[in-house]
Amino acid sequence: MAEPMGFYTDTTVCIGCKACEVACKEWNQLPSTNGGVNTLSGDSYDNTRRLDGIHWRHVKFIEQFTDTRQDGRWLLMSDVCKHCVQAPCLEVCPTGAITRTEFDTVVIQSDACNGCRDCISACPFGVIEVNPVSGTAQKCTLCYDRLQVGMEPACSKACPTQSIQFGKISDLRDRAQKRVEQLQQAGEKRAYLYGADDKILGGLNSFYLLVDKPEVYGLPPDPKMPTRNLASASLFHVFGAVVVGLMGLINFRNRGARLDDGEERP
Amino acid sequence: MNTYPSSTFFSAPPEWGWLIVLYFFFGGLAGGCYFLAVLIDLFGRPEDRPLARLGYYIAFPCIVVSALLLTLDLGRPLRFWHMLIESNTYQPMFKYWSPMSVGSWAILIFGIFSLISFIGALIEDNRFDWRAGRRIRRPGVLSKLIALLGGFFAFFVAGYTGVLLSITNRPIWSDTPLLGMLFIVSAASISAALMLLLAHRSRFRMPAIAALQRMFGWVGILEFIVLIAVLISLGPVARAWLNAWGLLLFFGVILIGMLIPFALSWRRDWLGDLNRATAAALVLVGGFILRLVIVFSAQGV
Repeated sequence: MAEPMGFYTDTTVCIGCKACEVACKEWNQLPSTNGGVNTLSGDSYDNTRRLDGIHWRHVKFIEQFTDTRQDGRWLLMSDVCKHCVQAPCLEVCPTGAITRTEFDTVVIQSDACNGCRDCISACPFGVIEVNPVSGTAQKCTLCYDRLQVGMEPACSKACPTQSIQFGKISDLRDRAQKRVEQLQQAGEKRAYLYGADDKILGGLNSFYLLVDKPEVYGLPPDPKMPTRNLASASLFHVFGAVVVGLMGLINFRNRGARLDDGEERP
Repeated sequence: MNTYPSSTFFSAPPEWGWLIVLYFFFGGLAGGCYFLAVLIDLFGRPEDRPLARLGYYIAFPCIVVSALLLTLDLGRPLRFWHMLIESNTYQPMFKYWSPMSVGSWAILIFGIFSLISFIGALIEDNRFDWRAGRRIRRPGVLSKLIALLGGFFAFFVAGYTGVLLSITNRPIWSDTPLLGMLFIVSAASISAALMLLLAHRSRFRMPAIAALQRMFGWVGILEFIVLIAVLISLGPVARAWLNAWGLLLFFGVILIGMLIPFALSWRRDWLGDLNRATAAALVLVGGFILRLVIVFSAQGV
């Protein structure tokens, strides 16, 4: 396997230009929203609003303003599939359409997906949705086709501020750690990395430098694997079956009056 | 701002809608009626046989409808077979840790057993003349084997959908491990209700009717207890039901689907002959609303 590859996104230098969104759409030939009809969100300069089957990159605009609007700040974050080392979507996919590539990234094979949408409910980040054109679940492939020929993903290539950086995960982690130290020395004590170590789902191959709590960015503080409930839910299911079975046995039991082999049927 | 009772509140809804609600209902009826029929088959009297056959008659059409609903719900329905066969390699596709994968196989296998039992019931009722098929009728080792294996898969089909919901990252669904238990108990409840309703319509008078009526009451109480346990196990996430869905859960499921049927069972003079039938019909309505609330409410969060 090739060295694990991924993204390091430094949210402090994102300017919200959405060049990454456009580059992603262009390279992956994703259709326009609403057939090209301009749809405004109405309460934000962000009109994409979320990741879905036709938006594999989304620059979040987090607008933190006081009620008087005299003070405030913008947090900007280019969101994307996290390409989790322990990927919940891959774990539950019943068709085998979701696979791990030689770059340690997670890809949905559109020709194998049948649109059951189990992966959508499994992803703790809300990354995956159905592409209405293909009828299949889709998300960022980390430009698997470009990686295979030695190119970098379209979004990081287009990013004008190097907020999105692509490379070997080990290199990116070193770079990100140095940036955190630099920011903290400069007085931004809130800077930290989200998903750079293995505490979140074994590590995120697309990790972030943040300056506020994860939930402020719409990221779960403690995402978990869906199978965390498998043992307990299965046990309770079996327990329910046993209790119902025993109730049936007690109620329908009629010793001595059962049909014996060879007895005539009524 | 930005306080969430669980990390599940950042996931996206899978847009499972009416087709899945209907599947959960018909799948519950299929599994529930089959395992009730098996219990009557194995432990009942010879004169109870028509009631067991009634269960088999309900189970097979319900599982066929279930499979159709599931297929129609897919984004690419013609690829339904990808659940069973890996489309790239043509190898069997099976993940024991993915309830949807296991469930797909279970529906297929249960479908086969319910078809066999359906044919067996037709032969026994002399509606279908097939000499070789007579072995699948009671009594006989083969019939017992079919009942036992089919019953096992029926129990699975009746409750695995709740487990499937727990193996996600959606609020409510994955915040409790009890949905599988709730669904299997509810399956027993709605299936007993439907069988009692149809038996009432057919004027069945065998001893198992009284046993089924008793079982109907027991699973009703059990379902109420499990639903309360679900609410407790949700902890702060239960706040997600402080809305119209919560009202529907209270009025549609607890009041109409549980408390009024309990009251009807206690005060048998209220509606006379219609008392039991009304209670059964209300339990069916409550069972449907339960699935409706669970499927839709978690997706609106």
